[in-house]
Amino acid sequence: MDGVRPLLELTGATVRFGADAALDHVDFRLYPGEVHSLMGENGAGKSTLIKAITGALAMDEGVLRLAGEAVAFATPHEAQLAGISTVYQEIELLPNLSVAENICLGREPRRGAVMSRRLMRERAGAALAELGLELDPASLLGTHSVAVQQLVAIARAISADVRVLVLDEPTSSLDLDEVAELFRVIRELKARGVAILFVSHFLDQVYELADRITVLRDGELVGEYLTGELLRIDLVQKMLGRTVSELRSRERAAEDDAEAGAGAILRARGVTVAHGVVEADVELAEGEVLGVAGLLGSGRTSLAHALTGVARLESGEIRVEGESVRLDSPRHAITLGVVYSSENRRRDGIVAELSVLDNITLALQSERGVFRRIPPARRRELAASWVDALDIRPPDLDRPVGTLSGGNQQKVLLARLLALSPRLLVLDEPTRGIDVGAKVEIQNLVGELADNGMSVVFISAELEEVLRVGDRVAVMRDGRIVETVVAADVTTDSLLALVAQPGEDEE
Amino acid sequence: MAAMTMTRAESRPSDDGPSRVQTFLSRHGGMMPSFAAVFILVLLFIGGEIFLRGDFIRPLTISNLLIDNAYLLVLAVGMTFVILTGGIDLSVGSVMAFTGMLGAKLLAEGLPVGVAVPAMLLGGAAIGLFIGVLVQYFGVQPFIASLAGLFLGRGLAFIVSLSSIKVENDAVLWLQSTRIKIGDWVITPTGIIALVTVAIAAFVLHLTRFGRTIYAIGGSEQSARLMGLKVGRAKIGAYVISGTCAGLAGLLLTAYSNAGYPRNGIGTELDAIAAVVIGGTLLTGGRGFVLGSMIGVLVYGTIKTIINFMGAEQAWMQIIVGALLLLFIVVQRAIVARSEGRR
Repeated sequence: MDGVRPLLELTGATVRFGADAALDHVDFRLYPGEVHSLMGENGAGKSTLIKAITGALAMDEGVLRLAGEAVAFATPHEAQLAGISTVYQEIELLPNLSVAENICLGREPRRGAVMSRRLMRERAGAALAELGLELDPASLLGTHSVAVQQLVAIARAISADVRVLVLDEPTSSLDLDEVAELFRVIRELKARGVAILFVSHFLDQVYELADRITVLRDGELVGEYLTGELLRIDLVQKMLGRTVSELRSRERAAEDDAEAGAGAILRARGVTVAHGVVEADVELAEGEVLGVAGLLGSGRTSLAHALTGVARLESGEIRVEGESVRLDSPRHAITLGVVYSSENRRRDGIVAELSVLDNITLALQSERGVFRRIPPARRRELAASWVDALDIRPPDLDRPVGTLSGGNQQKVLLARLLALSPRLLVLDEPTRGIDVGAKVEIQNLVGELADNGMSVVFISAELEEVLRVGDRVAVMRDGRIVETVVAADVTTDSLLALVAQPGEDEE
Repeated sequence: MAAMTMTRAESRPSDDGPSRVQTFLSRHGGMMPSFAAVFILVLLFIGGEIFLRGDFIRPLTISNLLIDNAYLLVLAVGMTFVILTGGIDLSVGSVMAFTGMLGAKLLAEGLPVGVAVPAMLLGGAAIGLFIGVLVQYFGVQPFIASLAGLFLGRGLAFIVSLSSIKVENDAVLWLQSTRIKIGDWVITPTGIIALVTVAIAAFVLHLTRFGRTIYAIGGSEQSARLMGLKVGRAKIGAYVISGTCAGLAGLLLTAYSNAGYPRNGIGTELDAIAAVVIGGTLLTGGRGFVLGSMIGVLVYGTIKTIINFMGAEQAWMQIIVGALLLLFIVVQRAIVARSEGRR
């Protein structure tokens, strides 16, 4: 590719949300006729980079060049006119309109002010045929499956003169045949000289399709590599990153007791959740911490949902303290002492406008019901004790939680859940996006809780953290728990190898 | 491209392809609530015929249905545009009263029809524009913005005059007094105006980019914007159309009652919304048909007529319309839930 100039070139791209840089001086190149994969974990800046390219987000710094010319798109529509089409993971189409309209709207054939429905159907039919899709262009989009809708979105993208095609997780809702179909189309487009940016968390797909890979981590560029020259394990390592650990492992004084303890507090057999977990077995003793490692999309969050009543089981059985239960809601799980903390702190966790006091006592009051109000003095006392115990700073009960730092917000959330005095705590990426100091505090806290007899499921994208906190580690891949190892027996590297192994059907 | 199958996706029913019924459903599934409205209308007609012992299904009764409700039909057409975008326009009843007063006043002052009628339409359009700008550029909830329009219109009507103003202009009276007979059927110019309004609206909604943008906004405003549609313009346009229709309805009502009266149309906006919803337009936007709204108005008018014929309490009118609304909202919820379940 030395002789060829990049079709799209991004230099020094920086996007800030408040004080945090979601993208920090990142360079990115896209050549005509190549498939380029953008890799990174949650929060690495993939979506932000895509938005910067497609005009959905304005860059604070940096230059975007299309065919050598500096461009700045104010809207996605402007980018489309310049030949940059995007297919998003969440289908951005209109279920209430026909397939033909979804493909043609915005540039529909018209005679004067009147649209020609016939021409529109013809044009849509041609675009669909190019994808090998047999579909009635006049049918309503909403009557088709998500997979078909996804392909219609791609038909829309290629029905215009497309030079750059951005595919953001296009395969997450497709089955194998549909993926193959999509790949065939992508290769056709590539042969036509279209530059394709392909984002997927399925490593197999990336290795099958991509010519080059750019890795992002924490909003920074890790590097750009030729797919053929980058080993899978190296890729995963670059995605997850390695921070030098200066920390001692948590002492596992209670380990032996736990092993010999009265028995499992949680025993799950063959747990299966639609589009998430396949036949997972989990066993957790009192006072034990089970780490869950796996890449984004490996099913780690779905597993947490399955264990805590957020997601309905398709099959399988969950026993809490030996008794078989059907968890039909998080509320039900809470009454059994099983509590879930979401990976999305801001959306599903804290209530940013409410005070620290209200946030901490929220779940407890809700469990007691409206009619058994916790007396205000008792509430304050309770919240103050948690603020003290978890060292939440600043120790101001009446401050809105939204004004606290990420780490302290997480502690408030933990305090709320701990106030329910749970027996099993399921933490989904509790340390994501918080600073190192707070991370360590939370890790230590989990250790203390376990020493006091609480069982914890600890999910994290950071392998070191999982190893440090967990007594045992369940490794997930493609919705399956492929291995459960004793944390003391593995190193970060061997765990990395487990996480990164290619799918079994390939070997 | 050689590897690609170039078979065109035809919808021709064949042995192995989808049946006619399936094709029809996949294309026009969104019309089901409107068909339900037609069904209810037929039931009402049959019911009326039975209750009134063969005195109901007559050309004159049906003709009067259109003539008596012409103003409501025009309001419902404008309301359909707004509801399709996912909004609501509470102002139309009082805007109708205001434009009726304005027209009557101008005519009483001796101004020609050529001035008074455009003034009525522009008055309505101006209030619609005001609401649309509030909604689009100031992010005000349509409910609140049009509530402001409701008070504004009513206040302006009372400013024109506190009592009713008689209209003696021949051209305006002609609109209602002329009876065009086709066999036993009768229609007035007001009825024709209402039907033409429906026809124009159907054309605009289905065959222009503006019309499809209205539907797109109701489906997902964000997606519509990403598709490069002019969302802001279309949204404001919907309120302007609703306001203009209210102005036109003011003209029709003035012709119907030979006068402008500042207390006209109190609560009529709710009748219009009820008619639109009964006609199968989803309050969440994006689904519905202006012809459905016409059916809704006819259902509404038929209930009113039957109750008048029977000499029953007017309160029954409200109860039946209320029950029908409830029924239709439930039907719509079921349809939306089903289409979401499929995704």
